[in-house]
Amino acid sequence: MATEYSPKELMACVAARELRDGEVVFVGIGLPNLACNLARATHAPNLLLIYESGAVGAVPVRLPVSVGDPALVTGSLMVASMAEVFQSFLQNGKIEVGFLGGAQVDRWGNINTTVVGGDYAHPKVRLPGSGGAAEIAVNARRTLIINALSPRAFPADVDFVTSPGHRYHGTSRAALGLPGAGPVRVITDRGILEPNAATGELELAAIYPGETVDGVRAQVGWPLVVRDSLGTVAPPTAEELRLLRDVLDPKRLFLKG
Amino acid sequence: MSKLVSMHDAIAAHVRDGDSVIIEGFTHLIGFAAGHEIIRQRRRDLTLCRLTPDLIYDQMIAAGCARKLVFSWAGNPGAGSLFAFRRAVEGKGPPLELEEYSHFGMVARLSAGAAGLPFWTLRNYGGTDLPVANPRIKSVTCPYTGEVLATVPALRPDVCIVHVQRADIHGNAQVWGLLSTQKEAAFASARVIVVAEEIVDEAVIRADPNRTIIPGLIVQAVVHEPWGAHPSYAQGFYDRDNDFYVAWEQVARDEATLARWLDEWVYGVKDRAEYLARQPDLRARLTAKPRPSGSVDYGY
Repeated sequence: MATEYSPKELMACVAARELRDGEVVFVGIGLPNLACNLARATHAPNLLLIYESGAVGAVPVRLPVSVGDPALVTGSLMVASMAEVFQSFLQNGKIEVGFLGGAQVDRWGNINTTVVGGDYAHPKVRLPGSGGAAEIAVNARRTLIINALSPRAFPADVDFVTSPGHRYHGTSRAALGLPGAGPVRVITDRGILEPNAATGELELAAIYPGETVDGVRAQVGWPLVVRDSLGTVAPPTAEELRLLRDVLDPKRLFLKG
Repeated sequence: MSKLVSMHDAIAAHVRDGDSVIIEGFTHLIGFAAGHEIIRQRRRDLTLCRLTPDLIYDQMIAAGCARKLVFSWAGNPGAGSLFAFRRAVEGKGPPLELEEYSHFGMVARLSAGAAGLPFWTLRNYGGTDLPVANPRIKSVTCPYTGEVLATVPALRPDVCIVHVQRADIHGNAQVWGLLSTQKEAAFASARVIVVAEEIVDEAVIRADPNRTIIPGLIVQAVVHEPWGAHPSYAQGFYDRDNDFYVAWEQVARDEATLARWLDEWVYGVKDRAEYLARQPDLRARLTAKPRPSGSVDYGY
């Protein structure tokens, strides 16, 4: 029986399925947080959640609305100082998965959360900036990008590289000496992009039920390569939807739309 | 000797025009009461330093206190934008000089300051435009491994203001819950003002010394200011006022509305006690539900 679901609900499910039990995840607010807690409630009960604010092993009983929510502290395993979070956990290689997203993602998986339009000193739109994103993109062993597709959000080149992807002005991550693998999946609202193993350019790797290749291509600002063996993605299960809607985000703070 | 003074006197004595100031707290324990007092005393040309400027620096920018912002994430956490900041940077308001890092970069700057070192190294910024935007992000070659590491200069503010759950009159300050960069910021700064939800006897501090994050020896002034972190929160005392953060989007979006808010809630009140008296519902809405920890045994 077909069940109705929203693109964001499927994005949260796809992200949750990427996480393996026992992994250490650097979590952000919104869909990443929902994905991690969905994974914890289904196939990955031993997922260890770390928030940049310092909560380690957080088990939030209410939906956190910011990375510094007090519910992340209550019942956690450890409260680390932010120096410990970035140095002892992230830079020291203890974070296996980091979640990222932003106003712009380009063909190499570079992310812009700093300025759009104009130049850095005189931007058309000023965004919040890096926060912890740059260091997560550099140091997490792998990252997952969650971003809805649109031509504005997926230009060929971002206006400003806040968080590095697979190539910076032609230079690869390896040549730049970045320790992490970079974005291994870009989870969008229509399909999943993955980097080409040789070049790092994002390609269409899987498509969601009801979406078309042309529909995806129209949302991306570069000639998107489509893999020969294009994967399909299972829709959310009834249990995944129940958890998302009734338990994790009952007020639909992050699932609406 | 007691360092206990009023907020007015602490700011009057220790925050001067042109100072670099760090009001600490990451989502948790943000020193709103101190920021409001700085606005009321009309300090000017401040260099405001914080990882997340949050609403308090947006208010201080709107009030004309700031010449420069040193930061790593300038948004309204969980709600949206900082509009006074955006107006300044997008050329629609009084100009504001920026010095921008990432969180790790700011943490590293404070770590260097707290360690008395000129700079700090970190494995970061490769493949990003941040060092292009901010030439103070440089690099160094490790003399042992040859690895090229990013460097950031020490941050040594003139004044650090930390909001804590409890302190004694000497400034020995204890915090639980999210720790932010309070300890590093305090040790990095020339002067430290501790603002506490509760003033406790020195014996309370001594009964649980592991919980002390700032020793009185680096503190110049202690202020007793219950609910001084509202609309942020103090673990075990009161919850974050998320409704305020969401509502702020509409207040700050328009310059005139924001100015009226400052008139009513900052210039229009004498101090934090009066700010609280005007919001009698806060306690019922936000007071924390108890969740006491076990205690440990320091015996030997």
